[in-house]
Amino acid sequence: MDFNDTPEEAAFRAEARAWLESNAERKGPDDAPPDLLGERTDSETVQRAQDWQKKKAEASWACLTWPKEVGGRGATAIQSVIWKQEESKFRTPPDIFGIGTGMCGPTIMTHGRDEQKKRWLPSLVTGEEIWCQLFSEPSAGSDLAGLRTSAVRDGEDWTVNGQKIWTTGAQFSDWGILVTRSDPNATKHAGLTYFVVDMHSPGVEIRPITQINGGQGFNEVFFNDVRIPDANRLGEVGDGWRVAITTLMNERASIGGGGGAGSVNELMKLAADTELNGKPAIEDSAVRQRIAEFYVRSKGLQFTGNRTLTALSRGTTPGPEASLGKLVGGKLIQDMAAFGIELEGFCGSLTQEGLAPQDATWQNRYLGIPGLRIAGGTDEVLRNIIAERVLRLPPEQRLDKGVPFRDVPTGPPSK
Amino acid sequence: MNFDFSEDQKLLQKTAKDYLEEHSPLTVCREVLESDAPYARDLWKGAAQLGWLGTAIPEEYGGAGFGYLELAVIAEEIGRALAPIPFASSVYLASEALLRFGSDTQKQKYLPELASGEWIGTFAVAERPGQNGAEGIETSFAGGVLSGTKVPVLDGDVANFAVVVARSGHGSGLSLVLTDLDGDGVEREAIKSIDPSRSTARVVFSKAPAELLGEDGPGDGAGQTDALLDRAAVLMAFEQLGGAARAFESTLEFTQGRYAFGRPIASFQAIKHRLADLWCEIELARSNCYYGAWALSNEDSELGIAACNSRISSSHAFDLAGVEMIQLYGGVGYTWEYDCHLFYRRAKLLSVALGNPASWKDKLITRLLESRAAAASAEARNTDD
Ligand SMILES: Cc1cc2nc3c(=O)[nH]c(=O)nc-3n(C[C@H](O)[C@H](O)[C@H](O)COP(=O)(O)OP(=O)(O)OC[C@H]3O[C@@H](n4cnc5c(N)ncnc54)[C@H](O)[C@@H]3O)c2cc1C
Repeated sequence: MDFNDTPEEAAFRAEARAWLESNAERKGPDDAPPDLLGERTDSETVQRAQDWQKKKAEASWACLTWPKEVGGRGATAIQSVIWKQEESKFRTPPDIFGIGTGMCGPTIMTHGRDEQKKRWLPSLVTGEEIWCQLFSEPSAGSDLAGLRTSAVRDGEDWTVNGQKIWTTGAQFSDWGILVTRSDPNATKHAGLTYFVVDMHSPGVEIRPITQINGGQGFNEVFFNDVRIPDANRLGEVGDGWRVAITTLMNERASIGGGGGAGSVNELMKLAADTELNGKPAIEDSAVRQRIAEFYVRSKGLQFTGNRTLTALSRGTTPGPEASLGKLVGGKLIQDMAAFGIELEGFCGSLTQEGLAPQDATWQNRYLGIPGLRIAGGTDEVLRNIIAERVLRLPPEQRLDKGVPFRDVPTGPPSK
Repeated sequence: MNFDFSEDQKLLQKTAKDYLEEHSPLTVCREVLESDAPYARDLWKGAAQLGWLGTAIPEEYGGAGFGYLELAVIAEEIGRALAPIPFASSVYLASEALLRFGSDTQKQKYLPELASGEWIGTFAVAERPGQNGAEGIETSFAGGVLSGTKVPVLDGDVANFAVVVARSGHGSGLSLVLTDLDGDGVEREAIKSIDPSRSTARVVFSKAPAELLGEDGPGDGAGQTDALLDRAAVLMAFEQLGGAARAFESTLEFTQGRYAFGRPIASFQAIKHRLADLWCEIELARSNCYYGAWALSNEDSELGIAACNSRISSSHAFDLAGVEMIQLYGGVGYTWEYDCHLFYRRAKLLSVALGNPASWKDKLITRLLESRAAAASAEARNTDD
């Protein structure tokens, strides 16, 4: 038992690090933590992100596990993790390609025809084209298969009408992966068809949505008679659910849990620098108890990550048990943020630059983290996954199976 | 990355599991619980014959000469079986105390007997409610004799000797001393505890002959106690992990077989979600236990922190598993006849046996602050150069 690289892994790490040293700047101890939800998305940031992606692609450090023919490196899963570990030690622009490289690309690779792979994958690797995920709808989130956006065949094209929502990055994307209902008379999961849509098509309208923290990472996307060539269909007509599952599996694998060990250090620092009842808060026993609990959980996550890496290193693919990271990690960060705010006493309310303790780190996290507990599978959905797919407990009794989709009970549309 | 046990270690674990499934079903635990027997003698002999007691004792002292990773996987199985034997006292505490701090003569004398199971050893630190470590000790050692009262002492009624924390006037004022429990000046009685499947005693020393543990005599008894508790904490965490996993598996099975409202209760989401959360807690504990085992087997400087992590995580997981087990079994879970209370009791016993979780959380923060300070001063030194 050890934390060491195998000799091959160590050599790979050294190679990655050497390239990074000569192409990027190392992070300092005071660098801000990464933006969890990728919200800093003005056009200048997008450009910087594209430049960095291109530079990596040219040296074969982008989409490492993808085959060389489409611009990847043909690397193993563990090598890709090693690369990410090393890259995270350097100052780089926010990753706006995660949805494309983590979800869209793998789906195209699994279900796309050769000409589709040739058309879309290389420009995804180089970052020239940016992708988004058009899955959720106002009345279909956790219950994704309940979606209603319609696709009707019309000659060589399809005509699409409806609305998607919570589409991260739609405002600067070139392409989107889109699940539609092509047959409302079929049962819920059977009537779906999956497309790749050009976001610049006529009839696509994008309206940003403002989050609780004031950011605008996601959007509403309206489709008004948007024409999509049949050549952009992924998988068979009516087989869209199976294709969507591939995307979702990759999403869960890519979101994963951070661990938050770094955050515990910041909390320790706050507790050392903040007074409580006339002495440093870190000397207060209630404070110590809470921080110790946070620390133990964050280390538990970190070492669970090490166990997963060990499995990867031996060539096994992690399964649904990977849901643990996001489920435990999201709540942990939220609890720590709440605690950090409370430690600051009266000043815990401040977000004013220059006045807020620790640059309002905890306040910002507190306002950002609820999104993480909802996006990419809510906590409740993750618990369902663990219960049914890891622990193999009996499934829910359902009212939406075996009947035509139009007969599935539904509530009034949300406003 | 190779953060896992080796194939050989897993094989050893499987052998231990198979053996205990056959020789230590829960009826064995229950027999000890319900009778006056202090422990399961046959099982103890079996564990000795398989070499488990001397797993981490070097061959020159009659042990198997394996390491702590091997001992950890056996501990997990001991915990899974709720084995009613003085394993923790004799192996994680008495043997470790001798290995770490004993003189060569003492090692020669005690370790082979411990490895063979001929002798049972224990560790006596506790004296009063609220105590979680070596604080407030009144038992004294002077002129070669020991006086004072230790309570509770796990397995103190059956152990042949004890490593006792006593006020000695040396160094910090505390020393670890070795004393024969069958000898003069020792009175002991079994006392009732929350988990009668393990025995607990009150031991009174009245000028009992004793000797300092270790050659140079005056040790830092408080520091030694801490070090010993750290090592035992990692190993006991594996026991707790095994107990938690077993309680969880039984609960999974039970809830799938029990029907209410026309369906298995495990199909109700309120129950599924609790089981999913419990699974997460046990996985986190497992990961933290691995960290502890890694630190222990490498004698790493992070051992102090890793021990806190393993202990806090495992105590929480086992406690929660016991609580949830009774709740999800319903009425039968609250009966003497069902086995839920065996887990519930053992979890609570182990969660205080080496000091309560709150004391370990406090210790964790102290150690984190120390390691941060050390890192900061190392950095300052580097920039001075
Ligand atoms: C920051 C952010 C970014 C996002 N980005 C994208 C994106 O790029 N593309 C995209 O397609 N979508 C995106 N989403 C949407 C996200 O996937 C959905 O919000 C999520 O799946 C939940 O769906 P919902 O909002 O409709 O809530 P609902 O599904 O209506 O859930 C409401 C509540 O009911 C609970 N619930 C629902 N079903 C069950 C059940 N079976 N058992 C128990 N409880 C249940 C949920 O857990 C939740 O608490 C994003 C969301 C956020 C917050």
